[in-house]
Amino acid sequence: MKRQATSDRRLAKTAVWLVFTLFLACAPSLIAQQPAPQQPPDGFVPADTLKPQEQLPAAPLVIGAYAVAWVAVFGYLWSIRNRLGRVERDIQEVSRRQAAGERR
Amino acid sequence: MKKLFTPLLILTAAAFAYAPLAIQRAPYESTMGLVQKIFYFHVPSWMAMFLAASVCGIASAIFLFGGRALYDRIAVAGAELSVVFGLIGLITGPLWGRKAWGVWWQWDARLTSALVMWLIFVAYLLLRKYGGSGSEKLAAVLALFGMANVPFVYLSVSWWRTIHPKTTVVTTLQPEMARPFLVCSLAFVSLCTLMLVTRVQLENRRAELDELYLALED
Repeated sequence: MKRQATSDRRLAKTAVWLVFTLFLACAPSLIAQQPAPQQPPDGFVPADTLKPQEQLPAAPLVIGAYAVAWVAVFGYLWSIRNRLGRVERDIQEVSRRQAAGERR
Repeated sequence: MKKLFTPLLILTAAAFAYAPLAIQRAPYESTMGLVQKIFYFHVPSWMAMFLAASVCGIASAIFLFGGRALYDRIAVAGAELSVVFGLIGLITGPLWGRKAWGVWWQWDARLTSALVMWLIFVAYLLLRKYGGSGSEKLAAVLALFGMANVPFVYLSVSWWRTIHPKTTVVTTLQPEMARPFLVCSLAFVSLCTLMLVTRVQLENRRAELDELYLALED
């Protein structure tokens, strides 16, 4: 009877150790199978996965880009025209003064 | 060049008139959609910038090694055009990047090197404006550094890890996208050439005015 009790206790002890060892062995995989937290992931999110209201409209950016290019080109052309006009006026003025000086 | 000016002007006007139609007809890119159409002005503006920067650098080199004053005037015109076309590229790029990358700017190799190159030509113009007499030689050296940056900026996407699209994008374009791209490239490069000629003309007239002032003082 006493031997039976000792044997049962040893069996129970072995079972506890077995369960504990199994738990330890399975723990990483159990943790790994936890559902992913419902937080936004770090880094970039593909634009096509966003809700429509969160997507940037492209049209203003495209119109803005083309407008910048045209304004820069026409602004620069206008600036060259102005500067050229000013230089031409100065040349005429200096030539006139030079001619007047020679006449004297 | 005077004989070529009018045909080039007609060609540029025709290319710019046809460009909106060609861009509108071009298909949408599968991942970026409409915003990809900025590409048709963005890349040609950098092509024009590289052309102007190279003209400025080469003219400066000739001027430094005993060239005539005409080369210095060509260099000034090239530097100014580099700043204008670089500015277009630096503004249109972030407008595309805001949609494609989610940010206006990234300090990566392509964007940073392009900005540095643009700043070199801004520095060139500031030096010419406020540097006083003798600054043209110093500015010419600066222009050489600016021109030396051109291959680095172009190849930066291949040499370093960067979020900017690779140069192979241009060579692998679909024919429907390649057509408007070629039209816009032609338009920008010919416009840059026309502006360069006109700007050199302005410098020539300024030189004539300086000579007239000197003659008047004598």
